[in-house]
Amino acid sequence: MTDRKSIWVSIEHTDGRIADVSLELTGKARDLADQLGYEVVGLVCGYEVDELAWEVIRHGADRVLLADHPELAHYRTLPYARIAITEARKRRPEIFLVGGTPNGRDFAPRVASALRCGLTADCTELQIGDYHVRREGRTYKDLLYQIRPAFGGNLVATIVNPNTRPQMATVREGVMRMPAADPSRMGVVEPVTSEFEPGDFALEVLSREVRHSTVRLKDAPVIVSGGAGISDADEFALLRELANLLGGEVGASRAAVDAGMIGREYQVGQTGTTVRPRLYIAAGISGAVQHRAGMDESSKIIAINTDPNAPIFQIAHYRVVGDAAEVLPMIIKAVRERAIDGRAAE
Amino acid sequence: MTDSRPIDSVVLVKQVPDTHHITGDAMTRDGTMNRSALPAIFNPEDLNALEMAVQIRERHGGTVSVITMGPPKAANILRESLWRGADRVVLLTDRRFAGADTLATSVVLQKAVEKIGRYDLILAGRQAIDGDTAQVGPQTAEKLGIPQITYAESILEIAGGRITARRALDSGSEIVRCQMPCLLTVVGSANMPRPPSVRRQIAGKLAATPGEYAAIRKQWPEFETDGALEEHLTAHDLRIPVWTADDIGVTADSIGLAGSPTQVHKVNFVILESTESKTIQPTPEAIAAMVAELVHEYIVG
Ligand SMILES: Cc1cc2nc3c(=O)[nH]c(=O)nc-3n(C[C@H](O)[C@H](O)[C@H](O)COP(=O)(O)OP(=O)(O)OC[C@H]3O[C@@H](n4cnc5c(N)ncnc54)[C@H](O)[C@@H]3O)c2cc1C
Repeated sequence: MTDRKSIWVSIEHTDGRIADVSLELTGKARDLADQLGYEVVGLVCGYEVDELAWEVIRHGADRVLLADHPELAHYRTLPYARIAITEARKRRPEIFLVGGTPNGRDFAPRVASALRCGLTADCTELQIGDYHVRREGRTYKDLLYQIRPAFGGNLVATIVNPNTRPQMATVREGVMRMPAADPSRMGVVEPVTSEFEPGDFALEVLSREVRHSTVRLKDAPVIVSGGAGISDADEFALLRELANLLGGEVGASRAAVDAGMIGREYQVGQTGTTVRPRLYIAAGISGAVQHRAGMDESSKIIAINTDPNAPIFQIAHYRVVGDAAEVLPMIIKAVRERAIDGRAAE
Repeated sequence: MTDSRPIDSVVLVKQVPDTHHITGDAMTRDGTMNRSALPAIFNPEDLNALEMAVQIRERHGGTVSVITMGPPKAANILRESLWRGADRVVLLTDRRFAGADTLATSVVLQKAVEKIGRYDLILAGRQAIDGDTAQVGPQTAEKLGIPQITYAESILEIAGGRITARRALDSGSEIVRCQMPCLLTVVGSANMPRPPSVRRQIAGKLAATPGEYAAIRKQWPEFETDGALEEHLTAHDLRIPVWTADDIGVTADSIGLAGSPTQVHKVNFVILESTESKTIQPTPEAIAAMVAELVHEYIVG
C-alpha cells in the first residue's frame, strides 16, 4: 500500500477479455493522474484472472488490486461491491471511474451509496479543475469535472463533488479514446483478500446467456441514422438499404428507439453509443445535445431535415433541407449509379 | 408451484418532464428548455414496475404500495397509480427535499419504505427519462441493506422466500434467484402496462392530498368544509397521505441539496463551431454531386 493519491478504474471483463470501456477509462485515468501526480489503480475482481491485471498495467495503470476468488468468477452485485467498498474505505481513492455498461450501472450506484459519495452517470468529458464556493469563501482544488449534457436545451453541466471521496463517474464505451498498449510498462499487481459476509450471496445466477452483439456501431465506417422524422418502418428500411450499400450500419436517435423503430443497441448519443465514423448521415434527427455528444466527432456529417433551423445543421458538413423520405432514395440512387460508373471505369 | 404466502410490494415512481414530446414551445430562443411548458408524465418504466407489482398481487395476493418523492403536483401520478391498481399511495413532499441528487433521493426513499414497514419486494423503473442515470434503485437497495436485481424483465417464480427473475441485458440475459426482500428495477420490455381502469377511475376520482382539498371543493361545492371532504375521502380510502422530512425522520443534512454530494459547478451553452458546410438542394442532381464529392474524397466507395 502506498500513500499516494489515486484514481481507480473498475475493470470489467467477460470470458477472459477486458471490456473496451475499462481500458479506455484506464487511458483517461492515466491522463488525469499525470496532471495531478496521482497513481492509476485498476480494480480487477475475478477468478484466475492475473493475466488481465498485466493488461491493465500495459494500458496505463501503475497498480492493480486483484481480488481473485471463485465466488468472483462472474459479476454479481454484492460480492463485487463488497471488494470495492472494503478496499476504497481502506485506501481512499480520490476518483473512481466505472464503465457505463449494464454491470457498471448496477455496481457503481451500490458502491457510491455505501461510500456516501457522489456519482455522475454517463459523463461525456472528464477534466481536472478548481471549484470556488463564494458562500464558503473557499476554493476546492483539483476536483474532477464530470461533464455531461444537462437536461433540456443546448447545455452541458459540469458536476463536482467537493466534499466526498471518491469522486465517482460512469462513462459509456467509446467516449474516451482507447490508449495504445505499452508492453514495457511496469506496475504492481497487489492481491487483495476477499472478506465476504453471508448476505453477499443472497443472489445466485442460475443461468447466463451471452449474446455476442452483432451490432458494432463503434467500428462502422459509415452510419446512417434515423430519428423521429422517419415516419415508419418502410422509411426506416431506406436507412438500412443505404447503410448496406455504403458498407455501414444503421443508427438511431433515442426518439426513434423509443418509437420502436429499432433496438436500443442502435442508439447513438450520450446514453447510447459514441461513434466517430468517416461518414454519419442524420436523417430526421434534430440534433439534441445528447445525440450530438455521441456523433459530433464524425469526419463528415450529412444532415437531412425539413427544418432549416434544426441544430444538427450547425455541425453538418452537408446540409440537405428536405424530406428524408424523398432525399434518401436520391442518395441511394446516386450511390448505386456511382458504383456502376466506378465499375465501368475500371 | 407458487407460494401461498402473499407478497407485499412497494413501487417507487417518479413524475418526469415528457422528454419525448419536446415541442417548439418548450424550447426558448436561446436553446434552453422551458420546463414548465413540458407536460409532466408518469416515468414510462415506472409504469412497467407498477404493472409487474399488480401482476404479482394477482398471482400471490398481498398489497401494492406506491410512493413518490416530488413536488405537490406529483400527486397526479399517485392518483394514476390508484387507477392502475395500487392499494395505497404516499406522497413524499417537503421543500427540504428539493435539489436532491440520486443519493439524497435514495435516503428519503429508504426512510419512507422503512416507515411503510413490511415488504417483500421493492420495484422501480430501470431509469427515469429525465436523467437516464439508473442510480436511485440500487442506491435505495444499498441503503435498505437488501439485494438488487436490476434490468428485471420477467418473474419466473416466487417461492420459499425467494424470487427467480430474468434480467435483460444488452449483452444477453441472466436468470437469477434472490432472497427476499429485494429490490427490482424493471425494464420497458417487461410488460404492457394496462390502462387505468375506468371503474377505479370513477371510484377514485376524488383521491387527493390535503393540499388539494381547496381545488377539489371548488369543483365539488357539496363538500362545505375541508373537514367534510377529509371525512369522505378517509371513509373511501381516497386520502393521499403526505409525508414530510419530519414524518419519515430524516435529518436536514442528509436530504435535498444539502444531502447531495454532487453539485453543479456550472452550466454552459454548447457553442457550436460552425463547420465548413455546404447546402445541398434536395434534387437528384445536387445529391449526385454530393455523392461524387464523397467518393472523390474517399469518404465512401
Ligand atoms: C438523460 C437523457 C439522455 C438522452 N440520451 C440520448 C441519446 O443517447 N441519444 C439520443 O439521440 N437522444 C438522447 N436523448 C434525447 C434527446 O434529448 C432528444 O430528445 C432526441 O435525440 C431527439 O431525437 P430526434 O432528433 O430523432 O427527434 P426530434 O427532436 O423530435 O427531431 C425530429 C427531427 O426530424 C425532423 N423531421 C420531421 N419530419 C421530417 C422529414 N419528413 N424529413 C426530414 N426531417 C424531418 C424535424 O424537423 C426534427 O428536427 C436523451 C435525453 C435525455 C433527457
